[in-house]
Amino acid sequence: MKRVYVNEKWCLACHLCEYYCAFANSGEKSMVKALKNLKINPRIHIEEKNGISFAVSCRHCEEPLCVKGCISGALSQKDGVILIDQNKCVGCYTCVLSCPYGAISPTETGVMQKCELCTTNASGTPACVKGCPNGAIVFEERGTV
Amino acid sequence: MKHIIIGNSAAGIGCVEGIRRLHPDDEIYLLSDEKYHTYSRPLISYLLEGKTDLERMKYRSDDFYEKNKVTFMPGERVVKINPATKKITTESGTRLSYDDLLCATGSSPFIPTTPGYESVQNAFTFSSLDDALALQEALTEESRVLIIGAGLIGLKCAEGIRDLCRKITVVDLANRVLSSILDEQTAPIIQKKLEENGIRFLPEDCVASYKNGEAHMKSGKVIPFDILVTCVGVRPNTELLKTAGAKTGKGIQIDDHSRTSLPNIYAAGDCTECLDISSGQQKVLALLPNAYKQGETAGINMAGGDHSFKDSIPMNAIGFFGLHMITAGTYEGSVLDKSENGNIKKLFYQDDLLKGFIMIGDVDKAGIYTALIREQIPLSSIDFDLIAQTPGLMAFSKKYRDETLGGVRYGY
Amino acid sequence: MAIDFLYPEFEVVRDQSRCIACRVCERQCANEVHSYDEDLKLMVSDESRCVNCHRCVSLCPTRALKIIKSPHTFRENANWTQDAIQEVYRQANSGAVLLSSMGNPKQFPVYWDKILINASQVTNPSIDPLREPMETRVFLGKKPTNITRDQNGKIKTDLPPQLELELPILFSAMSYGSISYNAHESLARAAVEMGTYYNTGEGGLHKDFYKYGAHTIVQVASGRFGVHKDYLEQGAAIEIKMGQGAKPGIGGHLPGTKITGDVSATRMIPEGTDAISPAPHHDIYSIEDLRQLVYSLKEATEYKKPIIVKVAAVHNIAAIASGIARSGADIIAIDGFRGGTGAAPTRIRDNVGIPIELALASVDQRLREEGIRNEVSLIAGGSIRNSADVVKAIALGADAVYIATGALLALGCHLCRTCQTGKCNWGIATQRPDLVKRLNPDIGCRRLINLLTAWEHEIKEFMGGMGINSIESLKGNRLMLRGVGKKKKELSILGIAHAGE
Repeated sequence: MKRVYVNEKWCLACHLCEYYCAFANSGEKSMVKALKNLKINPRIHIEEKNGISFAVSCRHCEEPLCVKGCISGALSQKDGVILIDQNKCVGCYTCVLSCPYGAISPTETGVMQKCELCTTNASGTPACVKGCPNGAIVFEERGTV
Repeated sequence: MKHIIIGNSAAGIGCVEGIRRLHPDDEIYLLSDEKYHTYSRPLISYLLEGKTDLERMKYRSDDFYEKNKVTFMPGERVVKINPATKKITTESGTRLSYDDLLCATGSSPFIPTTPGYESVQNAFTFSSLDDALALQEALTEESRVLIIGAGLIGLKCAEGIRDLCRKITVVDLANRVLSSILDEQTAPIIQKKLEENGIRFLPEDCVASYKNGEAHMKSGKVIPFDILVTCVGVRPNTELLKTAGAKTGKGIQIDDHSRTSLPNIYAAGDCTECLDISSGQQKVLALLPNAYKQGETAGINMAGGDHSFKDSIPMNAIGFFGLHMITAGTYEGSVLDKSENGNIKKLFYQDDLLKGFIMIGDVDKAGIYTALIREQIPLSSIDFDLIAQTPGLMAFSKKYRDETLGGVRYGY
Repeated sequence: MAIDFLYPEFEVVRDQSRCIACRVCERQCANEVHSYDEDLKLMVSDESRCVNCHRCVSLCPTRALKIIKSPHTFRENANWTQDAIQEVYRQANSGAVLLSSMGNPKQFPVYWDKILINASQVTNPSIDPLREPMETRVFLGKKPTNITRDQNGKIKTDLPPQLELELPILFSAMSYGSISYNAHESLARAAVEMGTYYNTGEGGLHKDFYKYGAHTIVQVASGRFGVHKDYLEQGAAIEIKMGQGAKPGIGGHLPGTKITGDVSATRMIPEGTDAISPAPHHDIYSIEDLRQLVYSLKEATEYKKPIIVKVAAVHNIAAIASGIARSGADIIAIDGFRGGTGAAPTRIRDNVGIPIELALASVDQRLREEGIRNEVSLIAGGSIRNSADVVKAIALGADAVYIATGALLALGCHLCRTCQTGKCNWGIATQRPDLVKRLNPDIGCRRLINLLTAWEHEIKEFMGGMGINSIESLKGNRLMLRGVGKKKKELSILGIAHAGE
């Protein structure tokens, strides 16, 4: 399946992926309306230190510890994409405990959110990939993680 | 092939999904002594709290059994397993034969023998949906609730019913709340949070006897109550397999393929004991993620695959009134305390490995620490100072990141 | 000091109703124009640092930014223009030569824009390049003047060494040092992909790029930086740089701050030392001397590689070219006065040299008149901006053209003309690792390929329109050109008739 891959060699730590992610998942048509005066809470995060930077989002593991450990059945895997049913999620944080990449985080309401490869919003190709100015984030088929 | 699964919770469901990964058409019979569609047991406190409902707390969708071609037999308690003939018998007299069997019978609440307990009018336990519904039924706004046991179940119960009653007192033999997962330094933080929300905690005490709606404590205190919930712990349901001749300790003994000592019989979940790799000891790890993975492992192996699950560790994610905590592993070795700004973070390490951690408050990316324990990653191979400060992939080698984030395949 | 005060040239216009304070502009500006004011909770700018490179504008996700020319003015004066006044202030302050980058931006005539291309009508029908083959391949190098036969009467086909180009466009010289590793990699990979060549400039050849050697022109310039046996052997051709259109008659100077790590190793000079290329080659004071170098290089490479001599277009370019053609060189590259540079004295750049259009036409004409046009191929450079310029250059007599500014634009250059600061926000004219990584060669290479592919399509359309199916038939075919609005003298130098004639 196609996944989001990150090549830290080309990551500029511009943080645009985070903003495009937050926008794509806001449901708004304008980024200004969606994000102005807001501390964004995206599903992809840049880690940066000493000139090294890279974006981290859900790896959509083939053996997803988060799905297997989810106590409510809110996390599931469909065609390889790990999805979260926020209606079922109770915010127990077991997925935060389980994810080896730190790729699941709480929303403002306490239930969890994670990258769903923009399959549940209107972005089409993942917004982080489209928004990356340097090809550091790509959406490709590369075998398993 | 015909598979029988006893138990309709995480381990049983994991087993179904495990079998279906390999064989779409093997026969599967799933028996449960409960009458419900599979539901999430840990959500019963959230149900009472109103954070979920009967519909949403279903562990899998309504069409789960149908979609997975499972013959679901609710309300059928299995009373006998005969490994020689590979047959089981249920309470209602139904007899079924199997090629492989999974025993995922879970655990039952333990009720200590206390004089006068039988006379208590409203005595409950808190581990099944029926328990929760019965408790909910009995609660009134005026109820004074006494909870015996300040472990995970007792405290989640207290949180769940906080707004449904007048008064809650939690008693525990230990000197602190959550004594199995928190140390003396960190437990008071949770205790304070509970107390701020009107839950009274009575440490180092236990009930000597119940009389006329009062608990007479060993310390001499007398606590009047309307409703009693006993949450002192659970015991693995091992009887069925023990009788059949399987090796059992505290729980049913299984190997990393979820196999019991009996041929073609697997076990998974809260009824088992397994190796905790963080401490090297056999333990009953009654945790949902563990149950699922053991069940799934059993399922794959029952379907003829070869799958092992050998990195069990104790781990808990739990929160009270918005204060979250995550703990994992064993609290052995040296301690690195990185607590700051009211957030607790204690890392326990030994022999170049992270052994365990306690995080309260900011628990962001805690899973990265869990992975260090589970995967036994040598701390010398990462930037431990950095990761101790900020959990992240920055502390790992570029090669690790290239593989995990970049999908780069290095030849070995 | 008030007397030194220069009002900022640009204004950073931020639409605060659109700005979401994502701070991308701040992170991306190497000139530190943008910052976030914690008290005001607003992004603010220091426009005095702005060079108008558009990095922030291009990356702003809400299009909240634009850069405009400051309306601040001096009293209007057609003679003492704002630039003229401010340059005096600058020099009165510094006592130094003014430095600039990229090509001459002044209002000189652009002859390309006054030349129009022919098309067939009715007779001599046009050709549809989508249906019929169109040949854009060219070979650069000496061509035989006569047909010669061997003892058996067979025609001799062994030609002197040639450069084979799939289309008549090469990337001209830009050194590693003046531009980044990633820019070089982009150019090299695109040259390979498109079947053409890129040029090392006077910076040597990074070992990583030896694998692109078959598509590399290696340069030997007055400083001789990075020249060694392997270097010469790697290249497909060797270019002797005598001059550069942006700064004819003067040498080059790459400051020591840019001579770091790999750049120093590739140039074969110690880190931190200034790389000074002298104005002349100290061993060349005549055509005879040039001939010695040409043949030294031929000897060194066993006569397997064509030798290019690159000169700036200057007043007596025709005579100079004639001399070069007789020096043994295989190819002459002429660089017009609008050609780019990583750094040049402003005054030189803006006042020395002549337009490539006139230089090219007069060189081609002269070489024909002297009967030595076959001895050399001609490459024209110095502001070829699009496929029409290419077609016009070829019709004026060029065998191929050099592009560099156009290639840099494809890589992201926004022509802010501050290459000399080394803080290129697009990762091109810089050696700062954090800036260099902004140019991902995968993207850069693809964009260069796109550009050349697009031009190739357009060139074929032009050719088809003229009823020409081989680029060779267009070469020097001035009948295909007409001038508009130019004086008789200009048209006569260009060798073309006026439109309507």
